[in-house]
Amino acid sequence: MKSTNSLHRSYAMAKFFTYFFLILGALIMIFPFVWMILTSSKTVPESMQIPPTILPEQWTLANFRDVLKSLPFGHLYWNTTLMVIFRVICAILFSSMAGYAFAKLKFRGKNLLFGIVLVQMSLPSQIFIIPQYQMVAKMGMANTIFALVFPGLVSAFGVFFLRQTYMSIPDEVGEAAYLDGCNQWQTFYKVMFPLTGTSVAALTIFTAVFAYGDLMWPQVVNSDVKMMTLSAGLATLKGQFATNFPVMMAGSLLAMLPMVILYLIFQRQFVEGIAGTGGK
Amino acid sequence: MKNKLSAAARREENWGWIMVAPTIIGLSILNLWPFVQTIYTSFCEHLGFGHYRFIGLKNYVDMFSNTEFWKATWNTVFFCILTVPVGVALALLVAILLNAKVKFKDGFRTIFFLPLVCAPAAVAMVWRWIFNGEYGILNQILGQNIQWITSSKTAIIAVAIVSVWSSIGYDAVLLLAGLQNIPKTLYEANSIDGAGKVRQFFTITLPMVSPTMFSVLIMRLMASMKVYDLIYMMADNTNPALGDLQSLMYLFYRSSFIAGDRGYGSAIVIWTVGLILLVTLIQFWGQKKWVTYDI
Repeated sequence: MKSTNSLHRSYAMAKFFTYFFLILGALIMIFPFVWMILTSSKTVPESMQIPPTILPEQWTLANFRDVLKSLPFGHLYWNTTLMVIFRVICAILFSSMAGYAFAKLKFRGKNLLFGIVLVQMSLPSQIFIIPQYQMVAKMGMANTIFALVFPGLVSAFGVFFLRQTYMSIPDEVGEAAYLDGCNQWQTFYKVMFPLTGTSVAALTIFTAVFAYGDLMWPQVVNSDVKMMTLSAGLATLKGQFATNFPVMMAGSLLAMLPMVILYLIFQRQFVEGIAGTGGK
Repeated sequence: MKNKLSAAARREENWGWIMVAPTIIGLSILNLWPFVQTIYTSFCEHLGFGHYRFIGLKNYVDMFSNTEFWKATWNTVFFCILTVPVGVALALLVAILLNAKVKFKDGFRTIFFLPLVCAPAAVAMVWRWIFNGEYGILNQILGQNIQWITSSKTAIIAVAIVSVWSSIGYDAVLLLAGLQNIPKTLYEANSIDGAGKVRQFFTITLPMVSPTMFSVLIMRLMASMKVYDLIYMMADNTNPALGDLQSLMYLFYRSSFIAGDRGYGSAIVIWTVGLILLVTLIQFWGQKKWVTYDI
């Protein structure tokens, strides 16, 4: 009798600590975002007040006006969107084709060619940056959308990931289509490709989040502020506004907003997509 | 007969080549050739406008006799020591808590995962404000006056905190998947034996989740070795703690694209890749001691 009692008590304790730590953790995760929003709505003198105010005494939009004046956010949104869209299209198109071929077709040199994919995957992207930049510069394509997309024209990771997806589809599916008179290409895009929806969605999210967050490449290749991405543009603010944190918080908020909104709409796809790809 | 392919097999082969062609051509131009070029460039002096002169090992000699370089190497390693064990341990804790029967599980998961979809540049900007020595909220809460980002002792710790904060949700989601794959029957059999929760954790949970932990560890280690954006955002050129903060990739960026010394920059990146390779190999060798692949 006594032991069931203590069991109940330890169960209740475990439950209490589980919620306690989860809520504490969640607060720590959320706090920087809340503080960013609150600071972005304060005047500069108020942001430097000691002791600090929690809620703004007077909510202001002046910081957003200022940051929009000093950074061409319209251009930044547009450049980032185009870069992400083109990179996603390239990743899906080329990686699906190659992933299918590596998984399902027999051709000479397959292992050697797949070796190239693996080598690229295991090397950090910084090792390619100087030569990639020189190519872009030689083509006279610095400060263009093309330059932003350039390293993402093909995705070794995408090939590797989609190859695994195609390998999990039984061969019989393709054979049936083949017997129905489809050639290899038709089998691929009419029958097999439509079966990979979940993986393609995961690759889309992964590619988009990664491209959106990348800082070094856009910094290197596009020096004109009108051709920058959100990340690179935001980085220029820290020099301009050394201590004007409300303006920098307004800028950070504007830079985060599009992806956070997409995330809140497609939570499950984001979490499972990015975790499912298993790498970053 | 053996060398002659049937018409169907030949068609299949052609389709195979056609379908991998864009990827292979792209990888060759964008990655394979640049890889070779970077190795070559590391033995060259950059004369400007993409022209190079072969100078043998001079970049490496310069690099190895440069204290700033060794400091950056140590900072990178120290950053890994600060972020990887703590980050993975905290992520495991979050994963275990989320694996219990809790309400709003998806909500918690969404919150912990949130930093991942925010650009690191924006995240770092927010933390710069929180860590600010004069007006930052952290000092206000602690009642301290610590110059987090500009003092050489705390700067790298501050960046490490941001890094752990950013990646914990992602690692936790991966570990959670690992935990959910553990068969419930293992625990049931074990609790009949009368084993306590703590012992269950060490005899069942930890060994069973160790393969996932290993892959999370490797991934986190590689990411920490390459840390750039958080450091770039937190450290300014005028930061007195810059020398105690800059990572190898930050030094690479400064050498290659600010100073324009691309030969030296290439040597740094080759060194970094070598170091990553070495650390990864050590991990793969060390995993035999603690990763359980079958139970």
